[in-house]
Amino acid sequence: MPAMIKIVNAEKSFTMHLQGGVRLPVVRGVNFEVNAGECVVLSGPSGAGKSSILKMIFGNYRCDGGRIGIRHDGALLDLAKAEPRDVLRVRRDTIGYVSQFLRAVPRVPTLDVVAEPLIVTGAPRERAREQAGNLLRTLNIPERLWTLPPSTFSGGEQQRVNIARGFISDLPILLLDEPTASLDARNREVVVGLIDDKKRAGVAMVAIVHDDEVRRLIADSVVDVTSFAAAA
Amino acid sequence: MADAQDAGDQPLLVAENLSKNYGRLAACRDISFTLYPGEVLAIVGESGSGKTTLLQMLSAQLAPTSGRVSYRMRDGVLRDLNSLGEAERRFLFRTDWGYVHQDPAQGLRMAVSAGANVGERLMAVGWNHYGRIRDTASSWLERVEIDTARIDDAPRTYSGGMRQRLQIARNLVTEPRLVFMDEPTGGLDVSVQARLLDLMRNLVSELRLAAIVVTHDLAVARLLSHRVMVMKGGQVIETGLTDQVLDDPHEPYTQLLVSSILPP
Repeated sequence: MPAMIKIVNAEKSFTMHLQGGVRLPVVRGVNFEVNAGECVVLSGPSGAGKSSILKMIFGNYRCDGGRIGIRHDGALLDLAKAEPRDVLRVRRDTIGYVSQFLRAVPRVPTLDVVAEPLIVTGAPRERAREQAGNLLRTLNIPERLWTLPPSTFSGGEQQRVNIARGFISDLPILLLDEPTASLDARNREVVVGLIDDKKRAGVAMVAIVHDDEVRRLIADSVVDVTSFAAAA
Repeated sequence: MADAQDAGDQPLLVAENLSKNYGRLAACRDISFTLYPGEVLAIVGESGSGKTTLLQMLSAQLAPTSGRVSYRMRDGVLRDLNSLGEAERRFLFRTDWGYVHQDPAQGLRMAVSAGANVGERLMAVGWNHYGRIRDTASSWLERVEIDTARIDDAPRTYSGGMRQRLQIARNLVTEPRLVFMDEPTGGLDVSVQARLLDLMRNLVSELRLAAIVVTHDLAVARLLSHRVMVMKGGQVIETGLTDQVLDDPHEPYTQLLVSSILPP
């Protein structure tokens, strides 16, 4: 079975021009693969580059070297060298990203925030909303909040809205950046269940989780990011 | 549903080595890019960086000193803007393009009614049934969230935010494929800006519009655009996907721009 994600020798540093051109190496020699139905957890202390790697896979950070192979439309596409419009296609059809924080557009009701990823891929609005409602219910967001924009919600509620938005589509690759960070035990369990469902559906996932219990439950393999430390 | 990004495998607008000199001053230097149907490109940079000069060349209001701009007409043929006849130019300005000015007074006729402002573009393309024109104008006012009871009022009686929304309705009523916007949220209150941005974002995606938006406001670029070009001293110094450029800026000037925004 071909890998869904195949990272070869990826490398990333930041050059801070406003701080006298200081070069901050982040990671080097990143090599790993993720298969369909598999969840790879990135481990390492804070600052080791876990989030940076996730952003490189999403095409949000540009790589200085190496390849970010993504299986898209039946072929392996190197996202590190893809044109902007190809990156956008990959994000629409192949890779979803669930960040810790919701970046909500003002005035848009929660139900539509969650339904949007389905609507942009062509799903009928009503069906997308129904599915959004089901997910919000699973994640214990009370129905009376669905018509309100999530900007006034608590941190945990916003995160669950964000998770619903990230999990609603049928994308074959999901990147999870601390999806359970500010959730209580009951909602952590719900998210673990959603991740299990995605695995059964053959979704390839890369996750960052700090909670040992959650990691034990979802990880099929662990990649130690400290081995990619890029000494200056 | 047909998707603009898939339907748009052929470029809509191509800029090649565009330069504009005013005497010895180079306002724009050697700018090239390709815009696809449904794509929103933001041009960011501070005053005097050449953004507006570039927008004027792209929209055939200013002739480049060298280089050229080509546009795919509705017949599918990519044509040099310079080679177009008067009738074709008029078609672009009246129908296939929109141009949203920073100051709505430049894009509207301030003394005639809102309905007439929207209807005028339809009459220019041959509509002549008064009732249909009025109905269409009225439904566009609704789409841009203007109370239709105000259809007979002149825009000089409107607030700044309403004028800007009316200008957008006037531009979009002919179903253009490309809209140029010059600082569309400039000079508006922050709360009014947010509403306008949300509205523009929805319209652009529903209508699968391509747009070129000049702005000095990175928040506008982030919310509206797929791609961004950063200009400084008449040159494009950095370009890429909007979130790449804003989250991982490489050039010193882009880093300065990004670090100058207050955190949300």
